[in-house]
Amino acid sequence: MYRQWVLTALIAWPLIAGAGVLLAPTRWAKHLAFVASLIEFGLSVPLWWTFAPEGGVQFMLDAPWIPNWGIHYTVGVDGISLFMVLLTTFLVPLSVLGSYSYITTRERGFYSLLLVLTSGMIGVFVSLDLFLFYVMWELMLIPMYFIIGVWGGERRLYAAIKFFIYTFFGSLLMLAAILVLVHVVGQRTGVYSFAYSTLIAHVGGLGPLAFWLFGAFFLAFAIKVPMFPFHTWLPDAHVEAPTAGSVILAGILLKMGTYGFLRFAVPLFPAVALHPGVQQLVVVLALIGIVYGGLVAMVQPDFKKLIAYSSVAHLGFVMLGIWALTLQSVQGALMVMINHGISTGALFFLVGMLYERRHSRLIEAFGGIAKVVPMLAAVLTIVSLSSIGLPATNGFVGEFLILVGSFRSYPLATLIAATGVIIAAMYLLPALQRVIYNPLDKPANEKLPDLSPRELAVLVPLIACIVWIGVYPQPILRRIEPASRQLIQAVRLNAASFTAVR
Amino acid sequence: MSLDLSLPGDLLRALAPELVLTVAAMAVLLVAAWRHRTAADTRVVGWLALVALVATAAAAGWLWWNGARANGAPAMIAVDDFRVVVDWLLLGATAVTVVLSFGYLEREGLLAPEYYVLLLFATLGMMLMAGGDDLIVIFLGLELMSVSVYVLAGINRRSPAGAEAALKYFLLGAFASGFLLYGIALVYGATAATNLTQIGMQVRTLGLANSPMLLIGLGLLLVGFGFKVAAVPFHMWAPDVYDGAPTPVTGYMATAVKAAAFAALYRVLTEAFGGVKAWHEIVSWLAVVTMVVGNVIALAQRMVKRMLAYSSIAHAGYLLVAVAVGGDAGAGALLLYLVVYALTTLAAFGLLAATGRDGERDVRIDDLAGLGQSRPWLAFALAVCMLSLLGFPGTAGFIGKWYILLAATDAGRLFLAIVLVLTSVVSAGYYLPVIMAMYMKPEPFEQAHAGVRLSRLGALVVAASVAGLLFFGVRPNRLLDLARATGEGLHSVPAASATAPLSSTPTGR
Repeated sequence: MYRQWVLTALIAWPLIAGAGVLLAPTRWAKHLAFVASLIEFGLSVPLWWTFAPEGGVQFMLDAPWIPNWGIHYTVGVDGISLFMVLLTTFLVPLSVLGSYSYITTRERGFYSLLLVLTSGMIGVFVSLDLFLFYVMWELMLIPMYFIIGVWGGERRLYAAIKFFIYTFFGSLLMLAAILVLVHVVGQRTGVYSFAYSTLIAHVGGLGPLAFWLFGAFFLAFAIKVPMFPFHTWLPDAHVEAPTAGSVILAGILLKMGTYGFLRFAVPLFPAVALHPGVQQLVVVLALIGIVYGGLVAMVQPDFKKLIAYSSVAHLGFVMLGIWALTLQSVQGALMVMINHGISTGALFFLVGMLYERRHSRLIEAFGGIAKVVPMLAAVLTIVSLSSIGLPATNGFVGEFLILVGSFRSYPLATLIAATGVIIAAMYLLPALQRVIYNPLDKPANEKLPDLSPRELAVLVPLIACIVWIGVYPQPILRRIEPASRQLIQAVRLNAASFTAVR
Repeated sequence: MSLDLSLPGDLLRALAPELVLTVAAMAVLLVAAWRHRTAADTRVVGWLALVALVATAAAAGWLWWNGARANGAPAMIAVDDFRVVVDWLLLGATAVTVVLSFGYLEREGLLAPEYYVLLLFATLGMMLMAGGDDLIVIFLGLELMSVSVYVLAGINRRSPAGAEAALKYFLLGAFASGFLLYGIALVYGATAATNLTQIGMQVRTLGLANSPMLLIGLGLLLVGFGFKVAAVPFHMWAPDVYDGAPTPVTGYMATAVKAAAFAALYRVLTEAFGGVKAWHEIVSWLAVVTMVVGNVIALAQRMVKRMLAYSSIAHAGYLLVAVAVGGDAGAGALLLYLVVYALTTLAAFGLLAATGRDGERDVRIDDLAGLGQSRPWLAFALAVCMLSLLGFPGTAGFIGKWYILLAATDAGRLFLAIVLVLTSVVSAGYYLPVIMAMYMKPEPFEQAHAGVRLSRLGALVVAASVAGLLFFGVRPNRLLDLARATGEGLHSVPAASATAPLSSTPTGR
């Protein structure tokens, strides 16, 4: 019973709760939203235990939606999507709690949009029908667009429309590619279906068309990741979004891009993905993302923008890991996706808390606040170190696995990527120093309050995860491994057979 | 029910909807001649018009229910599901226009019951266009429609913009009619027939596909219809006319007039010119140019009404894609998109009419600022309309665009699909600012939207449309199946492109 309905419940419950929040009195809005998101988290927790690592795709539900057109409502999770779902349900309650004092206007709208967004995100990660996937992929655009545009900073309108149009552009091309793919497969097999399982079974022999289709998928996902030349929407969106928006954006929305590569772009077009030219292009773009993102982060006066650019660098690692396509590197990529959600989410929360106290995000506005707010300083230190990838924090596990795994495929590129870890230290540590150490020279900083119990409640779970994954990542790796191995085998096998056929 | 159209009795049955509407329109005209003094009189005439529309829809439903089909020799009128479904669409659009006009006419002080009569006659013309199986019938229908709409555009005699709109529409419309008529003459010269089926047979049996006279005639027909559907480069009249006409009439022109013209165009192209390949290419290019120009110019608009005018040009481009694709899929996509587009556009114009303070021509996009706060439901409805026009998933607009894209990719017309997709992205640049203004900008001054008024009946219609948009966005099954079945029922020769294999390069069309 649970196995069949849990994913649908995870999609439907936030929608229902969102409507409830919208209709409830304003002063209850945040509490209701918090309770609803906790229930959502509670619903998802048993997934952790009931998930069988070797069991392939699980918790499936397949129901006809528009059957005459080959469209089904098909959901399910495997080792790749499981942790994305859990990460989503884990971060949403924290985001709600973290917004309690930040959001003061139109609270009902904000919290209900946040819940609707949750539905969309879960939907993206569990869809196993390309039509459903596309619908979900677009649906989460609207809530995020409103969250940035209504509750954002000064340049919020610009950031919101930029975010929307970038994503919309990529995804519409993807829609066209999906339609062509379904048509071609349908012509060959006589079955016109958007089902992932059908399409993946007949992806061979597309010939040159595969390049174009891959290109469309690539564009959609690369914009979302974001990879180097398509990243310009990200700093704007991050800086203008309210704290919860930034957390969700960095923690989950960016992962949709890399998840899309793992789930769709690479397995559907293995021959293209492993084509030497494409490989080179992606790896070079990933490296540029790592190095360039880090260097740009170094010179940011705005702490939030610094974190935004650090995301570009981190996601560059993920792309490298995906394309290296070894067991370690893919596992590492998945780990970094999880870790980046936790660490960067925590960083955005902390910047938001600093902003609430001081109404500035500029690094130079602070200095020496460790004496005034020792707890906040300690937490910020831990989280920064985890973002840099210090051993015994979660950041280390993922990046180390990627570097180890990629070395076999791309030794030189891995060497360059490794400098990215150093660069990370070079932008985060000085920033950390200038914010919490150095002399306390600004009078405005002398009376800052330390973390409140509510803020601690937001941060403690994140720190617990940072330490836990850093010390004992085995339970996660064990659940990820079979799916990763299967993916790599399938891609390598298919790529080889297609090349042979051609 | 099988109808032999050479028998008078069967012909009358086949023409039942048109006859009902003719009689009813005459009756309403008489009532309007008697009672035209007070606002209440106007209202009564409006209600009578609604009754007439319902009766006509029922007559069309009777044909549909009995599965009426024509047999025997080709006749002046077609009897198929395509005609009935388009009739319903036209009648529905007209009914919505009537309802939205109640409040509008009173607010603008237009005590003109003939307004409703003209709407009925225009609708009659449209139904003849959609059902005509003969170029002459189609032309008569088109003229009946056009003359009525010329008057409707300028019905507000006190408005200079209205007068300008009417005159422009009349002059250019007359011009277009000339093209159309000359095209009909040339086609007749080449094939010695005006009946669509006969033209099709002649073209095939005599091998006229490359006859210059026929091709020139076809080109002139395309020009004439291009004017009516406001396809670029024949769109010049549209922004000014849409802008100047009373808002409910604008909504009517953007939906019903367009739908009728598209239905007629599709029937002419597939039935008469199914054997001529050239028009696929011509219409493709028309579609590309229309999509690009309509969307790009709409980006620059600041007035809501003018923006919607250009947006309707852009949508004509999307519809032309469905026409260019042809075949069963093209017909289905065309029908579905027409329904969805009509639903959305009528609701949008209804909402726009409600927000107009001193003439809705002057409503800038920025004037909607803060509407989301002061009038949340109204803003929500307008936001849904904008998203549906944008083709966003979850709304019916997405299903419509998806079907067109599907038809285009299945026919191997990837270039059209890609242009459609890219121009849709551009359209986000002008639909989203409306949403942004409503939700993300503060009210310019206190009580800025106090004058926003939507009559209860109008609100009901708009709410029903919006609910329909959301419902069909999630469960389009019935609508899709109906559109597909109707498209397949249109007795067309399958276009060659629909069966051709997909070319391997994406730009190969």
